[in-house]
Amino acid sequence: MKVSYFPGCTLKNKAKDLDKYARLCALKLGVELEEIENWQCCGGAFSMGEDEIASKLSSVRALQYAKEKDQYLVSVCSACHNVLKQTNYQMQNNSDFAFKANNYLAFDNPYNGETKVIHYLELLRDVIGFDKIKENTVNPLKDKKIAAYYGCLLLRPSKVLAMDDAENPSIMEDFIKAIGATPVVYPYRNECCGGYATLEDKNLVNKKSGLVKNSAKNNGADLIITACPLCKYNLEKNNNTDIPVVYITELLAEALGLKEE
Amino acid sequence: MQRIGVFVCWCGSNIAATVDVKAVAEALKSEPGVVFSTDYQYMCSQAGQDLIKEAIKEHKLTGLVICSCSPRMHENTFRKVAADSGINPYMVEIANIREQCSWVHKDKAIGTEKAIILARAAVAKVHLNTPLTPGESEVTKRALVIGGGIAGIQTALDIADAGYKVDIVETKPTIGGKMAQLDKTFPTLDCAACILTPKMVEVAQNENVRIFSYSEVTEVGGFVGNFTVKIKKKARYVKEDVCTGCGLCTEKCPMKKVPNDFNLGMNNKGAIYIPFAQAVPKVATIDPNYCNMLKNGKCGLCAKVCTAGAIDYTQKDEIIEEKYGAIVAATGYNPISLDKFDEFAYNQSKDVITSLEFERLTNAAGPTNGVLLRPSDLKHPKTIVFVQCVGSRCSADASKGKEYCSKICCMYTAKHAMLTRDKYPDTDVYVFYIDVRTPGKNFDEFYRRAVEEYGVHYIKGMVGKVIPEGDKLIVQGSDLLDNKQLKIEADLVVLAAAIEPDKSARNLATMLTASMDTNDFFTEAHPKLRPVESPTAGIFLSGTCQGPKDIPETVSQAGAAASKVIGLLAKDKLKGNPCVAHSDELMCNGCSSCERVCPYKAITYVDKEFRMPDRTTKVRRVAFVNEAVCQGCGACTVACPSGAMDLKGFKSKQIMAEVDAICK
Amino acid sequence: MDKLKEQILRTSGVNTLKCMRCGKCSGTCPSYDEMEYHPHQFVYMVEKGEIEPLMKSKSLYKCLSCFACVERCPRNVEPAKIVEAVRLMVIRQQGENHLTANDIPDLLDEDMPQQAIVSAFRKYSK
Repeated sequence: MKVSYFPGCTLKNKAKDLDKYARLCALKLGVELEEIENWQCCGGAFSMGEDEIASKLSSVRALQYAKEKDQYLVSVCSACHNVLKQTNYQMQNNSDFAFKANNYLAFDNPYNGETKVIHYLELLRDVIGFDKIKENTVNPLKDKKIAAYYGCLLLRPSKVLAMDDAENPSIMEDFIKAIGATPVVYPYRNECCGGYATLEDKNLVNKKSGLVKNSAKNNGADLIITACPLCKYNLEKNNNTDIPVVYITELLAEALGLKEE
Repeated sequence: MQRIGVFVCWCGSNIAATVDVKAVAEALKSEPGVVFSTDYQYMCSQAGQDLIKEAIKEHKLTGLVICSCSPRMHENTFRKVAADSGINPYMVEIANIREQCSWVHKDKAIGTEKAIILARAAVAKVHLNTPLTPGESEVTKRALVIGGGIAGIQTALDIADAGYKVDIVETKPTIGGKMAQLDKTFPTLDCAACILTPKMVEVAQNENVRIFSYSEVTEVGGFVGNFTVKIKKKARYVKEDVCTGCGLCTEKCPMKKVPNDFNLGMNNKGAIYIPFAQAVPKVATIDPNYCNMLKNGKCGLCAKVCTAGAIDYTQKDEIIEEKYGAIVAATGYNPISLDKFDEFAYNQSKDVITSLEFERLTNAAGPTNGVLLRPSDLKHPKTIVFVQCVGSRCSADASKGKEYCSKICCMYTAKHAMLTRDKYPDTDVYVFYIDVRTPGKNFDEFYRRAVEEYGVHYIKGMVGKVIPEGDKLIVQGSDLLDNKQLKIEADLVVLAAAIEPDKSARNLATMLTASMDTNDFFTEAHPKLRPVESPTAGIFLSGTCQGPKDIPETVSQAGAAASKVIGLLAKDKLKGNPCVAHSDELMCNGCSSCERVCPYKAITYVDKEFRMPDRTTKVRRVAFVNEAVCQGCGACTVACPSGAMDLKGFKSKQIMAEVDAICK
Repeated sequence: MDKLKEQILRTSGVNTLKCMRCGKCSGTCPSYDEMEYHPHQFVYMVEKGEIEPLMKSKSLYKCLSCFACVERCPRNVEPAKIVEAVRLMVIRQQGENHLTANDIPDLLDEDMPQQAIVSAFRKYSK
């Protein structure tokens, strides 16, 4: 099957591995990620202002594109995913916003939230199925204890993201089990790494990332996985704890035997 | 032609502020049949009632229209006035110009216009009203209490003491309910078992009371005074009348890994068990999900050790049918599931517990024999954090939780905190609170003692996250008065989980046709004036199934419910509601639609001989309404395709006349 | 109603009256220690119409938009939306951007993902 794919700015630059392995693994599992033509940057963070219209239009364009192809809209980057889902929710539930957005974009057929937006992890869980990943795993990561790092954008606000229980999620842990490794549950897995504050307040970000890394390490993890390039950057820049951070798709590629050394 | 009197009530300013009552009275004077029309400040008062009575005499009235509050409020008052003056009570119509008019409008002109229209509709109906006489039915002098907690026990005892028979149906193997699980009770700190177990024994020994434990109500039919109830006695695989409660079987049972639900799963029991030492009835019960003998026929040890010969692996569920005059719902509450509240790490750490679990941990008969040890490593917790309002007071659009205040948590948390400090003075105790709500006799004094004499640290603010780190729990929360975010290293965290009605209540309400609110609490007939009655006749409410309440309140309400039941059972005959369905046999086509929709099973079909115009007779199958069973809901009248079914007092003709009057 | 308050309420879509002052937002906020005004104060001060001190405060730029307060608020008040609305009120003014393109080069290192720059821009500049 084919799905519409929104890679986002970072996957085209600093997070090329996240992108490359997402495509390769999906293909191996029977899903082609079809990159949306002329996609535009989502803006990296959802603009919460009800009267913010322009900053959400690029997302609406991507949503409309997927709707016309009658495909899921898939992204890997947690931030893109968050922005797309929240914008879609507004298109469904805020008629004033939907009216204005449609006026700006002047589509032939107005968009009203018809597209189903899913994260790459949801693609794995709900469309492909973790069982299928298990079947296709050639290098089960048997001895690895892996800490899933959700961060904030993947789960919250749960009313909108509707992916998993925001306080006690299991989607990444189930993914880890599917590739044969052992998940490590730790309390900071759904706390913020410091996010975009990294640009001007290294100290704040260092504290927040440090808590996450320490918590993962103290609970016995030897690896942290994430779907978000900014999370990865912030965690890696924190030198206090020595624990590698890798992308979910990289790890999946390793398990499926697609990893290029 | 009727001679109709119209009486417009001001209801103080409730109506008069938004409706020009004089204009209404004046406008109605010109309606056909209206021979008298007036207004008065409080029509329901004695003076108001006298005014109506005099008007009836002076103007020889045959029908009354009262423009006032909802008929639910005062219809009976005014019907009685009519009856006292020799008019059939069903010749009275209420035009509801308060709830349906003055309270919902702001503009006086609009309110007045609408009040006039509503009054006109009532006048149009009275023209078509006919005198109705209620039938009478016998009262079965036995009550059923559903639920054997403190509410059900107290209600049953009070009914029994008045000399009436009463049955308790309890779904668990023992009566006692939540109170049996508690350690001490606020604000007097008497031990729950010491005050509850004598009552359990008393109710068991009372010759007017029968207890059906490990049983469920499965079907309810009939109506006030004459309910027929089916009760399923679940197979406990032990002969209740033979078992002596010696407990030998429970010791010998080789299956030791059954989660002990009485201790909220904090320890295990055998597959054959007696919930606790003071259980009533003190009889063993086998859990078929765990018993090896019942699962695969291998074991049978309990039967071998039982000297009384009470074990019976072939026992089956048994259905008992019994008649009752009144039914009391006393189904109680449970703490909500905290699965969705894992910011408090309830699922991630054994040392994050609910308040009810804390009760068991401090109870001498609990899993730790009353020594406060935390579940993970059985060590004494040195720092304990209590979190209030977990899942209570949440807004309706929040992703989780209940909108209401659970009412009991402030007090039991103060109790827990105080008792901990009393028994273990070296323990630091913190309570995060939003408000401390202590309205009750000696309640605030109790809470102040926790703070002032026992040194419990009360922190105004809510906990945002509990972080299990090593063998500690980092409690991160707001201290609003100090404007700080605190991180307290705790050994044990106790969550005051919101309470909710027992899950069985929803199903029971359907069987009883008793109404519920959006939270599945039973609705009372009137929140102030009829707090222990359901709007469904003959159904009464006791305890927390009606709303959160503590033990003293539950006991008072239980007694009140009993007195209402006694009042009902003391009557030999009950007057029914004459506004019941009636079928025009000549129009009935025998289709059975009405029979199928009737929720009260009041309609049956009979074969009846009819004389035809040509003097022959013909047998037709027609609907027959048992007027004693019919509750007048009207479902049959809309289901009837031929228009044969009508509701007395609410005939289609009458309703259409009202509609015509409104549309005129 | 105060014009500033009205604008904040409109932009945020938040009904501050729903707040029961439990402070769970501030109990959960990861940036609490960096803030002069905390999430619960944002809600309360907007409710009281005290907008200007909030507009002047550096706390506006410490919110990480992590939605922890939004997720955990028992009253569904969504405090982060209030913070965002006040921030928008400031940066929508001419010359009030918290971050400009000229500031960027000095803040970069070679690993920094583009995402950090675009999201910071969205939050700090107009």
